[in-house]
Amino acid sequence: MDDDDTMQITMAKYPFLTQTGNYLRDTHLTLEELGNSDWKPAIEKAYRRILDSANGKIYSSNLEIPEIEILSFIIAIILLRGSSIPTFNRRFSLAEARRAQNYLEKDLEWKRERSIIEHVKKRTKSQELALDILRNEFNFQVVMEDDFFKVRVADYLKRAIHFHEKEWKLVNRRVENGFVFLSLHETVRLIRKELDERISSRIKTMTIESIPQTFQQYITDIKKLADKILESVVFSGEYPPCVKHGIEVLEKGENLPHSGRFLLATYLLSKGQTVDQVAPLFKNAPDYNERTTKYQLEHISGSSGSGTKYQCPSCEKLRSESLCFATPDCDGIINPMQFGKRRKNN
Amino acid sequence: MNEKNILLIESAFKEYYFNRFDLIHVPRKSTEREFGYQKFNSGMIRHLVVKNDKELHLLLMKEIPSDVYCSNAYYSYPNLSMSEKDWKGADLIFDIDAKDLALPCRKDHTILKCSSCNNSLIEFQSQCSKCGSTKFETVSVICKTCISESKKEVTKLVDILTSDLNIKKEEIKVYFSGNEGFHIRITNNDYEPLGSQERADLVDYIMFNGAIPESFGIRRQNNSKTSLPTLDEKGWRGRIAHRLFSSKSKTPKVTKEILSNGYSAFQVQLEEVRKTMGVRIDPKVTMDIHRIFRLEGSINSKSGLSKIQCDNLDSFDPFSAACLLGDDTVQIIADCPLQIRLKNKKFGPYKNEVVSLPKYVAVYMLCKGLGNTI
Repeated sequence: MDDDDTMQITMAKYPFLTQTGNYLRDTHLTLEELGNSDWKPAIEKAYRRILDSANGKIYSSNLEIPEIEILSFIIAIILLRGSSIPTFNRRFSLAEARRAQNYLEKDLEWKRERSIIEHVKKRTKSQELALDILRNEFNFQVVMEDDFFKVRVADYLKRAIHFHEKEWKLVNRRVENGFVFLSLHETVRLIRKELDERISSRIKTMTIESIPQTFQQYITDIKKLADKILESVVFSGEYPPCVKHGIEVLEKGENLPHSGRFLLATYLLSKGQTVDQVAPLFKNAPDYNERTTKYQLEHISGSSGSGTKYQCPSCEKLRSESLCFATPDCDGIINPMQFGKRRKNN
Repeated sequence: MNEKNILLIESAFKEYYFNRFDLIHVPRKSTEREFGYQKFNSGMIRHLVVKNDKELHLLLMKEIPSDVYCSNAYYSYPNLSMSEKDWKGADLIFDIDAKDLALPCRKDHTILKCSSCNNSLIEFQSQCSKCGSTKFETVSVICKTCISESKKEVTKLVDILTSDLNIKKEEIKVYFSGNEGFHIRITNNDYEPLGSQERADLVDYIMFNGAIPESFGIRRQNNSKTSLPTLDEKGWRGRIAHRLFSSKSKTPKVTKEILSNGYSAFQVQLEEVRKTMGVRIDPKVTMDIHRIFRLEGSINSKSGLSKIQCDNLDSFDPFSAACLLGDDTVQIIADCPLQIRLKNKKFGPYKNEVVSLPKYVAVYMLCKGLGNTI
């Protein structure tokens, strides 16, 4: 296999790479030409990619004709942009991230036929390429050793904090000399979010001058599919019992613990209320201070401080803080934000 | 604090700041840091930029602050409001405070001060013997045990920082906080960009919070001795192995016990390890990436002692090394029911009496609220 072939296969596996962005230009293909029936297999594949991701599946690729694979990714993005369905964009980037994750795992694994000692001396080409992608595209240095992978503590922490399972806490990891020891699967799992973000930003930023006429039918089909899959939801207008409880406590002038106030603030702000609308709610609190309240609300809303908008705590968290007063209407929800949302058809 | 006391303390602080320029420097990257200070009986003034030692010395002489602080963070615009500063990174900092160690000696060096008549007591009483008030404040004074126990925590911390986290000894600076503990500052590029959440997980690692038996080879069922930590491992697995097995010869017997005792018993053992081997740092300090932290070389107004670097932790005696105020004699009314030892000299106990004391002791008592100027 020559270098060009290797490059094509790498791009087919990881179509979000920077170089794929220039693929059309480099191959002198125009969007209009892509609409030509010669490229039908690529368009069909693109549609399949979207369909699979919308249904929560990971699209299985065929790397024998890498060109079609690469083009189908690019066309899929054009179709998604043409359809403008944010949920499908999100599902697509997540499914594609998981697909890339699978390839990274395959590329990085030690092949069985050689002894480990030999591998330490000489890594395979695909291992080198995968390590390069992690390093250059995601600023993630991974060291391969015997039967484990090592990443720097700071690099680990930046990524692992997005996971809530206890086993991802640093204290539950083998840590030595500034490195965290991981399995292959764990190493690749760490960057799923970044893969997802990379693909999602590709969807947002790709410049598309005009969409070929032949794509229109696919776009119509995608929109129809969206109508079927994504039934719209309506909000009943009622507050969930935990929020009601918090408001009642405050109305009585009783003390609501910090976690309860945080619940009220995040819930109401996320429902679209402004800091000025929410602030008076805390007026009856025994330790009310207008300036402090506003400062904290602004912080929670993300309009001051680090700019992070805080999310409403989950039902599980509220249960552990004894702030949950669930009623049968709460069945099936995992966050108070979902309360009162009913499928239209129910 | 009353104005006369402030005058005496401020004159002692001013003398120190004037004479000991050699001890007070701006930290590296000073132009990117936020400075702040407080004066007695007034609020915090912050969002300041102090470019160099000269500007710092000028500020100290002009304002005679009770306390001076400097951010661990670096910003593009340190003098703008919090949201406009543009955070760039922050030194990793740690605070080890004897009051958080819950030591049995605390009661022996804590003085109760009646909130209404200022009467000082050492024995717990539900009512003030003088005025009958039931409200008390507590004041803790010098204790060698507190310092030596805090030093042990510092040593544990430095061990984790160097061997687990690969931070070099020369990147770690240990300071006496100026009151009852130690501050540790790390300058290491790898850890500088970490946000608050990442630092929180690092804190849990250092304190050994949230460890689960599975990480040390014990599952709810089907356990085997091969997944247990061994004595030659490093990090927490190695520490746990040393704690559990103590030696190679005892390993088979202890392994058998661990496997037969099961999951919950191991959980209890991990909790024991957390209490004894986890480093007792103040999590809030390390997690805070916008904190202004006491400036090294400055005086701590809780005691009149200075925050100074400890080059040799084992032999470091804060009650003489950090006691840097003048020793000319001043008269105060001291009400200090416990004996104080500063600069290797004993003072007190005093029962509301006029005494002539070296300035450093007088200021210590005034700062602690255990005396008044005449």
